[in-house]
Amino acid sequence: MSTPRPRTQFALQSRILHWLMAVMLLAMLFIGVTMVASLGNYHILVAIHRPLGIMILILAVIRFVNRVCTKLPPFPPTMSRRERFLASSSEKLLYALMFVLPLVGWGMLSAGHYPVVMFGPVHLPPILPTNPTLYAILRQSHTILAFLLFATFLAHLGAVLFHTLIVRDRFLDRMAIWPTRYRKNKS
Amino acid sequence: MNTPKSNQTPLAGLPKANLIVRFAAIGAVLVGIVGLFAYAGGWLTPRNLTPASLIDTFQKVNGLHPGFRRNHAKGVCISGYFESNGRGVALSRASVFLPGRVPIIGRFSLAGGQPYFADAPHTIRGMAILFKLPNGEEWRTAMTNIPVFSVRTVQGFHDQLLVSAPDPTTGKPDPAKIKTFLARYPETAKAMELIRNHAVSSGFDNSTYNSLNAFRFINASGATVPVRWSMVPVQPFEPISATEPGKSDKNYLFDGLIASIHRHPLQWHLVVTIGQPADPTNDATIPWSPDRQQIDVGTLTVDRVESDDTSPARDINFDPLVLPDGIAGSDDPLLSPRSAAYSQSFTRREGEPKEPGAVSTAETEK
Repeated sequence: MSTPRPRTQFALQSRILHWLMAVMLLAMLFIGVTMVASLGNYHILVAIHRPLGIMILILAVIRFVNRVCTKLPPFPPTMSRRERFLASSSEKLLYALMFVLPLVGWGMLSAGHYPVVMFGPVHLPPILPTNPTLYAILRQSHTILAFLLFATFLAHLGAVLFHTLIVRDRFLDRMAIWPTRYRKNKS
Repeated sequence: MNTPKSNQTPLAGLPKANLIVRFAAIGAVLVGIVGLFAYAGGWLTPRNLTPASLIDTFQKVNGLHPGFRRNHAKGVCISGYFESNGRGVALSRASVFLPGRVPIIGRFSLAGGQPYFADAPHTIRGMAILFKLPNGEEWRTAMTNIPVFSVRTVQGFHDQLLVSAPDPTTGKPDPAKIKTFLARYPETAKAMELIRNHAVSSGFDNSTYNSLNAFRFINASGATVPVRWSMVPVQPFEPISATEPGKSDKNYLFDGLIASIHRHPLQWHLVVTIGQPADPTNDATIPWSPDRQQIDVGTLTVDRVESDDTSPARDINFDPLVLPDGIAGSDDPLLSPRSAAYSQSFTRREGEPKEPGAVSTAETEK
């Protein structure tokens, strides 16, 4: 069997990581934006936000290693050069944010003299010294970066929907969690 | 052509109407998500009470004092240790209750958002303590010297803040507004009566400080009891009349505390009251029955005093929900809002330039 069929889907573990993190990141964005405007639900939401953020950081490391180690399916021919460039750039931005947002959150709690409580007695050590100004800067950055993540997510979703529904190049199949049939070479 | 091959106008394959529907669907999905996000963030309901609007109200009532806490703005910082006698272990698995010492840092303060106002005997006094547990956990508690809290809900707290503000024409709170407020919040009218009738002591050093809100203690076998706690002074009670201040000393309460700590370390017993099913945990305006079991779990010793200007305690948020394993919040509806509001106040002041506090380092060192 020496005729390798062109792979059109991401590797299975990549697809699983993608959807798992998509749900977590979106949940995180909504929890974050809800909790800062909430009085009655503030505490419970913060108690979820902190460990969920650290879980995302751990998964981001795993995902990055996986990204480096696995071969990607080629871009579909329906993507122009500009689209390919934008897709690659936004992928890099999303990876960067998956690392930076939890780290800024952790650093901000450290600088703000807060214990970084995960659950029960389990907590993380501070990663930065206590410093009011540093806290204020990181706190502000955390919000700005979260909005940037939300905007990048919207652009990503919009692009995928455009390809799937308008261009109709079965773009979503590349990331579908279930195996999809290889496309027939119909011109 | 520099586009990849087979990029033949894919849009052409669809009738115009179908295409419009598809574009509309994409737009609807994106707009829907943005709308949900905006709703979650409170942007569509700008009249709702939020941590930001609550702290805005503090700033409206007190004026803006950058760098200071929005409430309990005036204070001094302290440090010392807590010595547990081990009797709390049966109630809570928190390591602070194992026999032995843990260091503490804290702050005495007066309620109110004005950092330079003059000390007055009936202003609510605050004691905030951070217990540093050996494993890195922390227990933070912010207590006051009133027997019950004046409001049950955060909306009540907000409304009370507004009606207590002096009317610009008379310089005093508007009695008509207060009357309407108390009619709307009968629990506050009752609580105010209890607060008025409690005996106020001469100073910070001989005041009892109460947790006000209810919490839960969870022991090693998972058994949970509702609790409230108090710091009961070893220093003997003296009524206020005995030590009325000369009008000249705007900081007489703080100066009294400082002098007292310099004479000898001050001590309080941490007394835990165990709630029974009849005692409400969700209403800080109602006292628990006085015959409830009370357990003295250890002694707090305060042996050092520092000004806000030099102590790390200035930059600590004494959030009452920073708790170790073995202590948890209750269904008290004030706890989460307190946590949220303290956080908002903390974030604002940490980003602002710092001014020296009213009680200076020269005063705390004298």
